[in-house]
Amino acid sequence: MCRVVGTVVGAVHHPAYDGHKLLVVEPLDERGQPAGASFLAVDTVQAGIGDRVLVNQEGNGAGQILLRHGTPGGIPKGERRPPIRSLIVGVIDRVDLA
Amino acid sequence: MYLSRVVGTVVAARKYAGLEGIKLLIVQPLDHAQRASGEPHVACDTVQAGPGDLVYCVSAREAALALEPWFVPVDAAIVGIVEHVEAVRP
Repeated sequence: MCRVVGTVVGAVHHPAYDGHKLLVVEPLDERGQPAGASFLAVDTVQAGIGDRVLVNQEGNGAGQILLRHGTPGGIPKGERRPPIRSLIVGVIDRVDLA
Repeated sequence: MYLSRVVGTVVAARKYAGLEGIKLLIVQPLDHAQRASGEPHVACDTVQAGPGDLVYCVSAREAALALEPWFVPVDAAIVGIVEHVEAVRP
């Protein structure tokens, strides 16, 4: 769980980052308080600054999502995963604590 | 992925096969307010970055995937140069 705290603007990047929006996210604890150093993630859900989001921080999952465009299954044979590790995969509406 | 500032270069004449011709830079990881966040380390360059540039890096397995050939032993790769970061709070 993270909060979007910024956007990254840059002209030069690795070709795998073409067409992707890169946001700065800060990890949150279960109460929504900052919990760790910020990092960058590629947006897949049109998140914006201030949104609480779900972030997948693992390259294989990121590769499956980016290469399959939402269709189920593993990474297609012969395709190389992109060098992208962190993905924003959801916008959080509500967190309920017991 | 994380923001970093390029703070130095590394010259290594003898490297693992596959790493020939790859530029090695020292990067200092930064948070969104561009404060130091973690220890400086060596990263492979894929975007012709230079000392002083604000960049972003990818780490672990995905770092090698940024390179050609991609089955090489690297921990971090610079995959973009940053013009600026729009951040809501310092």
